[in-house]
Amino acid sequence: MVGTALFFLFAGFAIMCAISMVYHKNPLYSAISLVGVFISLSCIYITLAAPFIAAVQILIYAGAIMVLVVFVIMLLNLDEDVPLNRLRYLYAVGGGLGLVLLAQTLFIFYAVSRTPNVAADQAQTAGKTLSLGQAMYTEYLLPVEIVGVLLMMAIIGAVILARRLGQPQLELVVEHEEELRHHEQ
Amino acid sequence: MEPLIKTAFPFVVVSVGILLAFQGVLMIVAYTVLAERKVLGWIQGRIGPNRVGPWGVLQPFADLLKFIFKEDIVPDKSTRFVYYLAPMVALVCALMPIVVYPFGPAITTVDWSFLPFGLGDGIHVLPLTIARIDVGVLFVLGITSVGVYGIALAGWSSNSKYSLMGGLRSSAQMISYELAMGASVIGVVMLAGTLDLNGIIFAQINSPFRWFIIPQFIGFVVFLIAAFAETNRVPFDLPEAETELVAGFHTEYSALKFALFFMAEYVNMFTVSVMCTVLFLGGWYVPGLSHLFDPGSIPYALVSHIAFIGKICAFLFFYIWVRGTLPRFRFDQLMNFGWKFLLPVAIANVTLTIVVVYFLN
Repeated sequence: MVGTALFFLFAGFAIMCAISMVYHKNPLYSAISLVGVFISLSCIYITLAAPFIAAVQILIYAGAIMVLVVFVIMLLNLDEDVPLNRLRYLYAVGGGLGLVLLAQTLFIFYAVSRTPNVAADQAQTAGKTLSLGQAMYTEYLLPVEIVGVLLMMAIIGAVILARRLGQPQLELVVEHEEELRHHEQ
Repeated sequence: MEPLIKTAFPFVVVSVGILLAFQGVLMIVAYTVLAERKVLGWIQGRIGPNRVGPWGVLQPFADLLKFIFKEDIVPDKSTRFVYYLAPMVALVCALMPIVVYPFGPAITTVDWSFLPFGLGDGIHVLPLTIARIDVGVLFVLGITSVGVYGIALAGWSSNSKYSLMGGLRSSAQMISYELAMGASVIGVVMLAGTLDLNGIIFAQINSPFRWFIIPQFIGFVVFLIAAFAETNRVPFDLPEAETELVAGFHTEYSALKFALFFMAEYVNMFTVSVMCTVLFLGGWYVPGLSHLFDPGSIPYALVSHIAFIGKICAFLFFYIWVRGTLPRFRFDQLMNFGWKFLLPVAIANVTLTIVVVYFLN
């Protein structure tokens, strides 16, 4: 009973935050709303007895990635009221993707209602750190390695792009001055 | 009536535990502020606060009253909602980790059947932890990393150049040093084989070294340095460097909102001290104490708890000591140090630990 109530509390909060993320014009408000979505999702993971996923959700998405996003938004200080008319056609794309997601959700409901109810095994350790680690490095080693290589490629690509676009005046002034001093001597 | 009491009893016990833990931590935090002013005074050849109560022991309460009764000034062009949200986020994220701290060993020798309504039937263990989470280390790291929003949003919403610079510096600094901090914890987690804070303490008790600071000394030093940066303390207090940024991210905050930031900073200090103690100094474990008292008895738990608080206070003193001794880093030095020295050292430590653990097993 308590579990159901908590689920509806956090799920409702997640949906509210998601809607506010989509509807806010100010990118910083959107980012804060997205953090709210992540935190309420992580609370749902905890009620589903998956504490590791919950902790990683907060640590990586809310604590690292969104901090970077907020950092960039603050650094650029984007204007609030720039009309984005040229992105009109994206409404259609978004609607289509939404329909796909809706169909997927309905399918999951259908599949869940078809499967018989099995009492959860208390000794089952799914969601615990140990079993996750074992599964990742034995059964699913190849996908983990592929994802690792993919992330590595993305990082290297980002570094190369930043280097090519970077201008010399972006270098730290202090280092530049030190170099000048070095030359004078 | 009776089944209702029986259902409500665990919630009442947990609520009392939460109340005690939060109250205790906040009292320690309040007196850390006083200790900081006293110790800084001694380091600089002054006396420090000594007017309110004998030796100034009532100073924290006087400060609190002052914060409550000061005028609350909100900048005219601030983003109001975010401006109010930021100090709350900072303090809530600082206080949340208290839930998983292992304050002491579980008391197992007390028979609770003397309680009325048969409430104590079948209860043998009183853990001195509010919640035992399987992933305590990740929980603490995750929640404290969310705390950076408080600072970043405060800087952004104040609509002031100094605040924005402070907020930007802070987020950049925290992202950079979080990596080194996480990497330095991995060594301990590998030796212990668990992410549970109590489990790490038991792993240290069962290890030949007793304290993980001996096999993980490099990790300890990296963690300590990263902890200084994560809590925005001297020598890494660039986000509030008063010579450059007035007061950094909290320049535009006054009265109780400023007090929330102030408290959050000191609670964060307490948090990293707890993590240092638990991960590297054996937590509540006192070597040889099990020969004096029965493990699980009340005196054993009491002495262990006092030892735990003592170790934390030693770390807090170290913080204050460093503040009185070291000058501030320059921002490029800070970044170079974090990315080019601290992170490689932490990763090298992880690699070394992997090799040693692999060959020992």
